[in-house]
Amino acid sequence: MTDFADGEWHRLHRATPLFRGGITVLILAGIVFGNLRERLIELFVGVPGYGPGADGEFSGDPLDFILRENLVLAALGVALLVLLLAVGGFWLSWRMHTFRITDEVVEVRSGILFRTTRKGRLDRIQGINIARPFIPRLFGAAKLEISVAGNDANVPLSYLTSRDADALRREILLLASGARRSAIAGDAEAGPEHPGPGPGVGVGAGQGPGGVGALLEDRAREFLAPELDPALAPPEAVLRMNPGRLIGSTVLSDAMLFLLIAGVGLAIAVGITGDALLLIGFLPALLGVGGFLVSRITRSLRYSIASTPDGVRVGFGLLSTSNETLPPGRIHSVRVNQPLLWRPLGWWQIAVNRASRSSQQGAAGQQQTTILPVGNLDDVRTVLRLLLPDVATDEAMPLLERGMLSPGGEDGFTNSPRRARALRWFSQPRNGFAMTESGVLLRTGAIWRSLTIVPFPRMQSVSVRQGPVLRPLRLAAVHVHTVSGPITPALGAIDRKAALGLFAAVAEAAIRTATVDTTHRWRASTAAPLTVDGGDA
Amino acid sequence: MTDQPQATAATPMPQAPPAALELDGTDWQRVSPKYIVVEIVGYLIFGAIMTTAGFIPFWVSDWAPASLLGIALGACFLLVIALTPRRVRAIGYALREDDLLFRRGILSQRVTAVPYGRMQLVDITRGPIARAAGLSELRFVTAAASSGIVISGLPAEDAERLRDHLVAVAETRRAGL
Repeated sequence: MTDFADGEWHRLHRATPLFRGGITVLILAGIVFGNLRERLIELFVGVPGYGPGADGEFSGDPLDFILRENLVLAALGVALLVLLLAVGGFWLSWRMHTFRITDEVVEVRSGILFRTTRKGRLDRIQGINIARPFIPRLFGAAKLEISVAGNDANVPLSYLTSRDADALRREILLLASGARRSAIAGDAEAGPEHPGPGPGVGVGAGQGPGGVGALLEDRAREFLAPELDPALAPPEAVLRMNPGRLIGSTVLSDAMLFLLIAGVGLAIAVGITGDALLLIGFLPALLGVGGFLVSRITRSLRYSIASTPDGVRVGFGLLSTSNETLPPGRIHSVRVNQPLLWRPLGWWQIAVNRASRSSQQGAAGQQQTTILPVGNLDDVRTVLRLLLPDVATDEAMPLLERGMLSPGGEDGFTNSPRRARALRWFSQPRNGFAMTESGVLLRTGAIWRSLTIVPFPRMQSVSVRQGPVLRPLRLAAVHVHTVSGPITPALGAIDRKAALGLFAAVAEAAIRTATVDTTHRWRASTAAPLTVDGGDA
Repeated sequence: MTDQPQATAATPMPQAPPAALELDGTDWQRVSPKYIVVEIVGYLIFGAIMTTAGFIPFWVSDWAPASLLGIALGACFLLVIALTPRRVRAIGYALREDDLLFRRGILSQRVTAVPYGRMQLVDITRGPIARAAGLSELRFVTAAASSGIVISGLPAEDAERLRDHLVAVAETRRAGL
């Protein structure tokens, strides 16, 4: 339990400027060292030929100038002043960067000359992400990012100590869940077993009496700790990445297929012209794809998705880690699809539409919309149950599976009529929809199979369309509008009457489910004090 | 629903072709017929500018086939203008118990239903020509960019009444995002 969520203003981790400017500092040090290298060599090894010419002519090197004019003291003074100013500026910006968390909002103030205040309403939280870039992670610091609805409408708190970030996320989610503060206080007493770092924020969260040795040990333990705290979720509710499948799926991705076709084309071109120089043109593409593959594999290797009391937790990353908790009801639509080459292996991937969009990258290097980079049918079932517990019930599961696998026919879906063949050459028998109590399923594609699920409480509107091509065939298209994202839920070329029926049914269901949906305060109905697992949330 | 605003033109929609989309038992509110004039004037001005621009290559080069560009542009705009009355008559909306129905288009027809509770904001805009005719455009914005509910050609006071009504009903049917 931390004191952060008490409604008062707090400050971030003391080393924040260092982590934020970490890379800049390293680059600057690199430049300075690179420039001084020759001089250092001369100083220690005494290789002649460097430094001012024998005739004392000004060589243009500022260091020579300083040495010759006996300005060493002045130069050191200037350097010191610059250093002090920089440190002072960093310190001031740290002082001025404060945040507070009240029952209703999370608010961040920053800036020295130009003040910025950012507020996010807790009941509009779309997810809380904890990112640990490599260098801050070494020092046990983490970045907490609270996403609210909107394009890059995030409230970032960078950096906090790792433990504080975990505890703070738990508290924010508790506040957002509609549970009362007294319940949270009760949780604090029964709270985590590791002692909190006490009031205020400190670098020294791990500085016990043991000194440096203990500190290092602490760091190492934290660094090597499992990506997901075992206390947080029972093992059967956790889905992890199978490395073989990850590598296989990456190799068999559509990008790879494209590369292969390009490669064959190139080989033919080289064979015909006999000009091996053409191969050079292929290099950039090869490098690009190689980089993509490596980054995808390293990011997704430690992927895990788990159900926690406050939503779905998606974690990934090998060196720089990141994990995000999505509270219930924040998923606006889900798509399960299968790239062509994955088909023999029965692999699928799952993407979602979310109301918040972050510049932070997700598991597979895409935006944070790919929830399951690759998984078999069992994994898909697990993830669907996590993401849409209302839609993916046990009764609906066979229907969902038919939505993914079935070639069509009488299987609970209303499919395109035969006259739609002209527009859906291969997928006509399969192109269709089905409805459950709380969501609509749109099934498309016979070669690139895909199933889109939109939960009714989250859909915004629905439209039925008919253009000059569809009208003579007595067909129509239905679009379900959700927040923008990688998925556009739409179904074309279905029977006109069926489309109108679907339109009316979806419009009616959208109204019906909105009145009973309470996910924006998902725990408001919980009366008794809450019991929350004490681990890292 | 007692506070439902009465639109000025509640005449029935033009008869749709049999294969087209038709929802049974919906009494569509039509937009003001004056909007036809607004649209035509707008297209005339825009079309004149574009057609003139289309003839520039011909005037510069003095090469006869180059004039085809300008002619084609002019013909396109004339076609659009000729179809304007039907297109405007096809715009309709209906206030149902819990959602707003909106339709537009003849060749490419589209009917949208949006529950009141999904409203994020209502916008009223007035272009220069529409203002001269006393008309406003009402935009119903949801969290989905593709909803695209824009009811143009509403008499100004109707638009304001409709806006207040929508805000009021949305407030009672609020849904979390």
